[in-house]
Amino acid sequence: MSNVANTIFSPELAARFDHLVTLYPVKRSALVPMLLYAQDEIGYVSDAAVSEIAQRLSLEELDVRNVLSYYSMLRTKPAGKYNVQVCTNISCMLRGGYTVLEHCKQQLGIGHKEVTPDGLFSLEEVECIGACCWAPAMQVNYDFHDDLTPEKVDVVLEMYRKGQGKDVK
Amino acid sequence: MPDVTLTVDGKQITAPAGTLLIEACKAAGIEIPAFCYYPGLSLQAACRMCVVRIEKMPKLATACTTTVAEGMVVQTETPEIVQARKATLQLLLGNHPLDCPVCDAGGECELQDMTFKYGAASSFYAEPKNHREEQQWSPVVYFDRPRCILCYRCVRMCGEGMDVFALGIQNRGSSAVIAPNVPAHLSPDQLAHVDCEQCGMCIDACPVGALTSGTYRYKTRPWEMNHVATVCTHCGDGCKTTLGVRSTSSGAEIVRGDNRDKSGINGDFLCNKGRYAFDFANHEGRITQPLVRKDGTLQPASWEEALSVAGSRLKELRDSRGGAALGVVGSNRITNEEAYLLQKFARTVLGTNNIDHHRTADYVAFAQALAGHADRAASLHDTLKAPAVLVVGGDPTTQAPATAWNLRSNVRQNRARLYLANVEPIKLRRQAKGFLQLAPYGYNALAAYLAGDEAAAAAAAADHAALASFREAVKAEQDLLILIGAELRGAELKRLIEFGLSIPGAKLALLADYVNSRGAADMGLLPDMLPGYTPVGSQSALATEYGAGTQPELTKPGMDLLEIFDAAARGNLAALYVVGSNPVGRLGIDPATLKDTFVVVQEMFLTETAALADVVFPAANLYEKGGSVTNSYGDLQLVSKAGDTAGVRSDFELIVRVADKMGADVRKLVPFGTSTGLRADMGQTRGAQSGEADRHAIWLAANNLEPRLSPFDPFAILDEVQRLVPGYNVLRLQLLSGNDQHLSPATPATVDLSQRRDLVSPSGDSLFTSGTLGRYSSMLGDLQRNQAQQLVQIHTAAD
Repeated sequence: MSNVANTIFSPELAARFDHLVTLYPVKRSALVPMLLYAQDEIGYVSDAAVSEIAQRLSLEELDVRNVLSYYSMLRTKPAGKYNVQVCTNISCMLRGGYTVLEHCKQQLGIGHKEVTPDGLFSLEEVECIGACCWAPAMQVNYDFHDDLTPEKVDVVLEMYRKGQGKDVK
Repeated sequence: MPDVTLTVDGKQITAPAGTLLIEACKAAGIEIPAFCYYPGLSLQAACRMCVVRIEKMPKLATACTTTVAEGMVVQTETPEIVQARKATLQLLLGNHPLDCPVCDAGGECELQDMTFKYGAASSFYAEPKNHREEQQWSPVVYFDRPRCILCYRCVRMCGEGMDVFALGIQNRGSSAVIAPNVPAHLSPDQLAHVDCEQCGMCIDACPVGALTSGTYRYKTRPWEMNHVATVCTHCGDGCKTTLGVRSTSSGAEIVRGDNRDKSGINGDFLCNKGRYAFDFANHEGRITQPLVRKDGTLQPASWEEALSVAGSRLKELRDSRGGAALGVVGSNRITNEEAYLLQKFARTVLGTNNIDHHRTADYVAFAQALAGHADRAASLHDTLKAPAVLVVGGDPTTQAPATAWNLRSNVRQNRARLYLANVEPIKLRRQAKGFLQLAPYGYNALAAYLAGDEAAAAAAAADHAALASFREAVKAEQDLLILIGAELRGAELKRLIEFGLSIPGAKLALLADYVNSRGAADMGLLPDMLPGYTPVGSQSALATEYGAGTQPELTKPGMDLLEIFDAAARGNLAALYVVGSNPVGRLGIDPATLKDTFVVVQEMFLTETAALADVVFPAANLYEKGGSVTNSYGDLQLVSKAGDTAGVRSDFELIVRVADKMGADVRKLVPFGTSTGLRADMGQTRGAQSGEADRHAIWLAANNLEPRLSPFDPFAILDEVQRLVPGYNVLRLQLLSGNDQHLSPATPATVDLSQRRDLVSPSGDSLFTSGTLGRYSSMLGDLQRNQAQQLVQIHTAAD
């Protein structure tokens, strides 16, 4: 049973949030994990999510927005079903990260932080994703694809387009 | 705290342990610049301007976060530090627009001053500046994003100081921006706004021109104004305010209200009314010439004609129908001197005790209950220092914002224990240690219960356990400050005060609604009380001095406000003299009631009352005259003339002129000149030392004072107030220095309060209304509409 009536989250997530606020000496410490979990469930941090999280933590909505806007990995607009994040940090850059990014842009027809019209893909240029050993790398939702070439990217994208990709949460 | 000794710039200074280095240096006269540091708010250490070199520390340290230590050796101004500050400034100026010539803050900008001091005029940054359009967050708050230097003062001021939390900081690094609490995408007009109390403290705290005021922006430059320190005309806290005044073709216009020198009783604070609601003076409906009723309509007339009509008719009616058929209504916004003069005029010239005003708190009961208890009346200063505070009734956040500010500061800085008892869950409960939800109308029962009447518990609060523990908590306190709202009156108020007096060291205050509500009662604008709560008919210095109360018909209390209008309805009121009050509108009097009454009104606007008058005199407001006022707590302060509107005169002058036209001896009314003015001596009496007279005259002129040679000089009557009114032994130098002084009632208890009629009617003003006056402030009107719109938005969003 959720501590918030008419929660916008799934019963499981609501229960998780109920528990989360009890874990810290100060309730607001649960803010960042809550935002992340909310994004994972809804796809982005909606106004309704901001509102409910503020209520759960006894914060002003403004406080939630202040933190939310600080982190570039938290979104306030929906991403595509598959969010393609291409790393262009130094290792990836040296091994062709920008080629991979340009190829994605071309193939998907969208730019940085944009979503395809069918809502299937979104594209982001991101900082280091910790896969330097296998650069260049990209991450689709929470799944890694490394040692990329434009050809390999086509295969990966096609796999997701067919719905065969892993949708790791 | 023990003192520690340290060396700053080769100078030995001492400061209590725990003091911040920046404060210790300030106290020793060494200035350390800082943008983000603001005394009383939490520390930020964001701006790096206050860096100093502390011996044995590896790097430059911020003076705003370092506490003093024994033997510390500090350098505050070396080439190294200058270079560091210069670099900081260059970074800040990287995207700061150089629009100082049009910026409101130009001339009083901390960034400008520092740039000038450290010579950071040239920049290494050649990139184009990132411009953003100015945003209007509310009718009074504007935000100019590129000017912002991200010191976070406004964010902390709004959150910690005001407990509103309407401002935050969003994004990161060079994209960071101050954000208001209504984001653009949730606003119907797609623009960002603030949903807040509109106090303007963020604007006050802003070290640059990023936050600017809707009333002042782009109007003038700081050096083009005269800055006059006076007292705000709105609520009963009586904050000191600095009015920026500029000459116009029709006098002097007030263009800004702020809290420039922070030297007043209100410290850092000023609310939205003090800051913005001075514009009533320029309202188009302002009366600027006398009006006399001819052929049934009010028509402009000359001063001579209007004064003659009023004077001769009042004299005629007094002589034919007697003083008992005359009534006088005074104001909550006139000075003490005017209120005193008005009651003296009523009692000596008109010969009547039928004088009253719109009472917003029962100060008679307050004075009576405190009689014989010296030092038990609280000052506004006590709200900042008291270790524990009990607030019964009222809602200081909206009715007395400075009181609320002080209480919040006291809780935050001194961990004061705040106890509230209220029928509403008022906002201050967020700072309270104990909040007691009273039953509707439960105040009298609470007073009885606190005093020990167990039977009253049922009527006081639904939760008896909470009630009992609340009483225990309050009774366990010492040096408790008790603030009482206007809900408690008469015998019940006395009962609560008696309970308060049983607590060791407790101090009390009664909160009223307007700037001189307390002064009006102190100065005897009451049918049964002479000034200083001296009962009418008693033997007193006042009675002997000017004959008040000695004539047989004046030994009995006169008619109160309601009785005056009842008499008018019966046709028994020959004349009504109203000064700065709107009883017809306020009490909803039927205009026909006054059809047989000769009505004289001194007023700024054609109010419901003025519209019924036979003679209307255009009156100056509190910002257009000098004198003194007493706030709810009994703190007396100086009022200085700031604005000037052509065609109006002070209520003081008008009363004197009408009395003169009635044939009264003006010298008796106002003891002006050296022959009767007891303390009006200018040095002439000192013989060989008479050169002092010239020096004194020079001093007076230099301080915008006039020698007391005019019958319109309020200080002539202040002499008399000081001499005759119990409790008003004013320290003149303190008053003239612009400092506040605390006065307590000093009359013995002689009145049976249960027999007095309760005529207290709180104004019910919100943050954005201010009695009749508020109706004529367009800025307050804008704020009301803004607030109403936001409520609509919230409801629509909820649907």
